[in-house]
Amino acid sequence: MPDDKLIIAGIEFKSRLWVGTGKYRDFEETRRAVEASGADVVTVSVRRVNIIDRGKENLLDHIDPKKYKILPNTAGCYTAKDAVRTAMLAAEAGISKMVKLEVIGDEKTLFPDNEATLEAAAILIKEGLIVLPYMSDDPIMAKKLVALGCPAVMPLAAPIGSGLGIRNPYNIRIIMETVKTPVIVDAGVGTASDVAFAMELGCDAVLLNTAIAGAKDPIKMAEAMKYGVLAGRLAYKAGRIPRKLYATASSPIEGMIGT
Amino acid sequence: MLITVNGEKKETPEGLTISGLLQFLKVQSERVAVELNLDIVKKDRYSTTPVKEGDSVEIVSFMAGGRD
Repeated sequence: MPDDKLIIAGIEFKSRLWVGTGKYRDFEETRRAVEASGADVVTVSVRRVNIIDRGKENLLDHIDPKKYKILPNTAGCYTAKDAVRTAMLAAEAGISKMVKLEVIGDEKTLFPDNEATLEAAAILIKEGLIVLPYMSDDPIMAKKLVALGCPAVMPLAAPIGSGLGIRNPYNIRIIMETVKTPVIVDAGVGTASDVAFAMELGCDAVLLNTAIAGAKDPIKMAEAMKYGVLAGRLAYKAGRIPRKLYATASSPIEGMIGT
Repeated sequence: MLITVNGEKKETPEGLTISGLLQFLKVQSERVAVELNLDIVKKDRYSTTPVKEGDSVEIVSFMAGGRD
């Protein structure tokens, strides 16, 4: 679908599948999985440089920033202050001003702290950053974040790493009706059909990590996710048939023998 | 002089700038961001920003991680 482009804050994205880089066995596996997924956005975290052991390889030696859009996140931040600090450092170190904002509410659920997310988003947008916020599947939250100036929203499908799939498709639909910005499902998908389902709902993209990195064969799953996104998007564009309780024959009655 | 780098106490030569410190630590200045006493130092200021005794420096970069 060459005319079916995803554009956020003037940036054009080639793929509607975005992938994280955590939990892989090594950088080589990360590289192969990212490649197999066809993703052009790759999320990374912002962490202290190891100043003791400088011989260690760096992720970006394997994931070429010229080939992929590197999207830094504020994963692991539990306060607006830490998230702002991390995002500002990411913007300073990075190639673009686009960051994925996440402020986590608690360790058990890893649900976002929506209040702190709003606070951090307001500060970062004032500082000139392009903020893509991770949020709960709450249409009101989406509305508030877009009002602040977020060019897209990233509601969760289910808790991070849970693999439960889209637990509340109705909320995701209401979010899409509530905001005019792209909606990117983030977190909680488990397999290719979850991704396809998200895209069939009309979501603009899906971001995932564990579903690929945690699969028995991450490279195969990465490829499956690629097709899941493509199939779901095409089905959405094609427009599915309505659900009906009773059968409708697909073969004509006319010309049947014995009539 | 004694400074703190990424939370660790570190003995370094006197009179370093941020550029000098990165060289001393063998850290490439591309793809990193530096905070000096909680303030971000812009890349074009690395060679003119001095590091003093007792300063706290954070050097960060992009690592694996994403949507878990």
